[in-house]
Amino acid sequence: MEAPRRKSNRGLVARLVLMTAGSFAFGFALVPLYDVFCEVTGIGTRAELSRAATADASAPDVNRTVVVEFTASVPDNGSWEFAPVVASMEVHPGRLYEAHYTAHNLADRETTGQAVPSITPLRAARYFRKTECFCFTPQKFARDEQRELLVRFTVDRDLPPGIDRLTLSYAFYDVAHVAGGAG
Amino acid sequence: MAHGNEAAGHGNHDGPPKGLVRWLTTTNHKDIGTMYLVFSLAMFLIGGLMALAIRAELFQPGLQFVNPSFFNQLTTVHALVMVFGAVMPATVGLANWMIPLQIGAADMALPRMNLFSFWLLFFAFMLLISTFFVPGGAPAAGWTLYPPLVLQTGTAFPMAIFAIHMMGASSIMGAINVIVTIVNMRAPGMTLLKMPLFSWSWLITAYLLIAVMPVFAGGVTMLLTDYYFQTSFFNAAGGGDPVLFQHVFWFFGHPEVYIMILPAFGIISEIIPTFSRKPIFGYEAMVYAIASIAFLSFIVWAHHMFTVGMPLAGQLFFTLSTMLIAVPTGVKVFNWTTTMWRGSLSFEPPMLFALAFLFLFTIGGFSGLMLAIAPADFQYHDTYFVVAHFHYVLVPGAVFGIMAAVYYWLPKWTGHMYDMTLAKWHFWLTAIFVNVLFFPQHFLGLAGMQRRIPDYPTQFTDWNMVSSIGGFGFGLSQLLFVWVIIRCVKGGQRATAGVWDWPHGLEWTVPSPAPYHTFEKAPELH
Amino acid sequence: MSIVKRNSKLPAVAGALAALTTLPAHADWSLLNMPKGVSELSRGNYDMHMIMLWICFAIAVVTFGAMIFAMIRFRKSRGAVADTKLLHNARLEAAWTLVPTVILIAMAIPSVEKLIKIEDMSGSELTVKITGYQWYWQYEYLGKQVSFYSRLARTSDLARQRGSGIDPNTVENYLLEVDKPLVVPTGTKIRLLLTANDVIHAWWVPDFGMKRDAIPGFMNEMWISVDADKPGTYRGKCAELCGADHGFMPIVVVAKPKPEFEAWLAQQQVTE
Ligand code: HEM
Ligand SMILES: [Cu+2]
Ligand SMILES: [Cu+2]
Repeated sequence: MEAPRRKSNRGLVARLVLMTAGSFAFGFALVPLYDVFCEVTGIGTRAELSRAATADASAPDVNRTVVVEFTASVPDNGSWEFAPVVASMEVHPGRLYEAHYTAHNLADRETTGQAVPSITPLRAARYFRKTECFCFTPQKFARDEQRELLVRFTVDRDLPPGIDRLTLSYAFYDVAHVAGGAG
Repeated sequence: MAHGNEAAGHGNHDGPPKGLVRWLTTTNHKDIGTMYLVFSLAMFLIGGLMALAIRAELFQPGLQFVNPSFFNQLTTVHALVMVFGAVMPATVGLANWMIPLQIGAADMALPRMNLFSFWLLFFAFMLLISTFFVPGGAPAAGWTLYPPLVLQTGTAFPMAIFAIHMMGASSIMGAINVIVTIVNMRAPGMTLLKMPLFSWSWLITAYLLIAVMPVFAGGVTMLLTDYYFQTSFFNAAGGGDPVLFQHVFWFFGHPEVYIMILPAFGIISEIIPTFSRKPIFGYEAMVYAIASIAFLSFIVWAHHMFTVGMPLAGQLFFTLSTMLIAVPTGVKVFNWTTTMWRGSLSFEPPMLFALAFLFLFTIGGFSGLMLAIAPADFQYHDTYFVVAHFHYVLVPGAVFGIMAAVYYWLPKWTGHMYDMTLAKWHFWLTAIFVNVLFFPQHFLGLAGMQRRIPDYPTQFTDWNMVSSIGGFGFGLSQLLFVWVIIRCVKGGQRATAGVWDWPHGLEWTVPSPAPYHTFEKAPELH
Repeated sequence: MSIVKRNSKLPAVAGALAALTTLPAHADWSLLNMPKGVSELSRGNYDMHMIMLWICFAIAVVTFGAMIFAMIRFRKSRGAVADTKLLHNARLEAAWTLVPTVILIAMAIPSVEKLIKIEDMSGSELTVKITGYQWYWQYEYLGKQVSFYSRLARTSDLARQRGSGIDPNTVENYLLEVDKPLVVPTGTKIRLLLTANDVIHAWWVPDFGMKRDAIPGFMNEMWISVDADKPGTYRGKCAELCGADHGFMPIVVVAKPKPEFEAWLAQQQVTE
């Protein structure tokens, strides 16, 4: 093979290898891009759902009533009893409310739990504002400890008209299984 | 498919070394092409055996032969072997053999990398298949490797991930090689828009490979770190999301299906003109169609994920973009049909496979359109209807394309004509049984049989039996394929340089079998 | 394998005959198509399916017709001579790019209205939370203090073991029976919340026209509504590969008229 061709081969290979590296990086870039996508479409990112929001202080919309349901799950790895105190409540958009869950550590040791919240319908997520939530921080439990956990929330007055019912769900995980957290 | 020892005699100088050393050290594009093709055939048979085990179990309700977890290992490894071990390497083998011959180059641009990528692929598959023998067995979460299920894999997990990394690296190297060869090694006068469509289809496929294989590698790397290093890319407990993996996978996965089919499109575009005795209709449109398919394939991925719960706008977007990808696909089908129009058609085995491709791939395209409609997909998804769809596009699509290519170029590789009658038998048996095998699966899916199950409610028995009979018929027919090839390698009527009645393109200007070294001096084009 | 000389059509005919004889004589022809189902959603999705099927069928008739015509008319053996000048036709090519584009976009349009309906959860009267486990389901009637697990029925479970010696054909509703079905009222919009405990599952009853994934750590939702005049038992299965016994976690839903449902629910609340 003549020298110039070999040289141009090398240049092209270098560029293609760079493209490959770029694609590999793009694979990882999909992780933050996914969050951006969720935010744009209003699903809300995990981080956003687990962060305190500010309630708007303006007047509540008393003419509208929305049902908020509460559910709880304890996936595989935890041993808790974990449940909402009330199953549902009727709320007016714009007003600040308070709801409670109870958790009971059934493991015979001290454990730490982390609640991961989820709002349904998906498109309501950005209108559900938690000003205070036990899901913002890990919750430590002594052996056999049982206690109430608090969430304060408001439903935004801009909640689209088609939505008459929201569900706030928590999956309560054992933190021992949650180490890391690149996602 | 080795082109036999006599090939050495035809080359005017520098024959290959004899025996095993030749295959371990060769950097000759024809040798490497042959190795890829033989490897692919072996994988096709191994993957086929797994498929037959699956079909045997599904012949009747109840569990007769395998346990459910082994069944899942079979479906998972069957798919991985067929996709990455049979179809893709076959097209790489064809690229190695034919691209230099089609563009008038002496060899691939990067011959040593070429050899390396073959052996990398070889070891990747040895590793993958060996997972059947480790504690916990082979991966069983489906070829889509969805977490969290895939994280329940045992010892096989890191092995499978490593195997995927290796075969990914191998195909990326193959792709780089193709691009450099096509960009830098074309004979003078071989402008891009004179290049045969097979080479064109591979050029675009190669770019697709470079764009998406690394994304897949990234995805499985994240699985690996979730498994070993407590990251939470896909773990809800740590703030991750299992659905994210599906996005990453299908961002790779949908272009991947086109990686498998585009070279077949290229092959069909070579064969139909030859046996219609007239040039391809709308050559440039064919090139643009491939390019637009490749482009669109990046924006349709979530049609595999309608049931995960997407925003309405997302569902509409992916429905529409998926419908659009059918437009350039349709253009190709229409152009092939018009190529036959006012032609002078004869029906040698390559043409028979190409025609079967035309009909049966199109059926797979139709079911693809149906699946693209989100509300209907809520019913179809994860049923045998999907299984029928992708087998129609992959078997009478990609695989028939490859078989057509083998029957088309085999005389060029071996210097012998093969037994036409036997080849036609192979065609008819294959073409009939493939329908007996896969057509009833549409019914099964519509009637509610979900996919990836080892046992089923009794009302699905009849069509499963038909399908299994088709499966065994199809599998056995492939022995005939192997036999035809072996006989052709061993001997047969001498092939002329042109082989067919209406040869067109540089590959038909060199003698058959193609000498060990071709186009050392660039050919003259007019 | 015997070799038929010269006549290449013979193997085709023989093969086709072989294929035909494999058709089951007693095939149940109702098992060929998607069920219409028993809800507004399922009929909507069925309609989309049929529209697509017929459009594809029409396109197939045209394209396959052209191919078959070419294959018959332009055979070399009939003396056809190739017209090597037929290389382009800009108008034709533009037409078969644009016309399909329009058809295909038109095909997608009716799905808009269907999707809006599917995603509209408002007006529901009952919420049931469904949790997928390896390999069974849990149903929880939100705010009603009723919750239970639903597993593959014992009869099926025994028969499905390898070497059980039990013929599945002798088991009623083989793999489609559970120990305790989900009970729902007819004529009621019911919201289903879906999640999973371990891996991804998917909840699917074909007669309700919808399936949706149950994803661990997330809450998904869908709604169903059984026609008021169609109480009955409806069956489905987990539809997302979830491990070894993925094929063995059926779903059974008993739809009862409202008063009967209320009675059932009250009774459950007592026994809980
Ligand atoms: C007209 C073009 C096509 C369209 C519109 C189309 C559409 C689709 C859709 C919507 C699905 C997802 C179905 C579901 O999971 O519910 C699907 C699945 C699939 N398609 Fe296609 N497709 C087309 C062509 C192809 C081609 C050319 C190939 C490969 C050669 C292919 C291979 C597959 C495979 C392997 C799957 C299943 C993947 C899995 O879930 O394991 N498709 N197709
Ligand atoms: Cu796709
Ligand atoms: Cu499941």
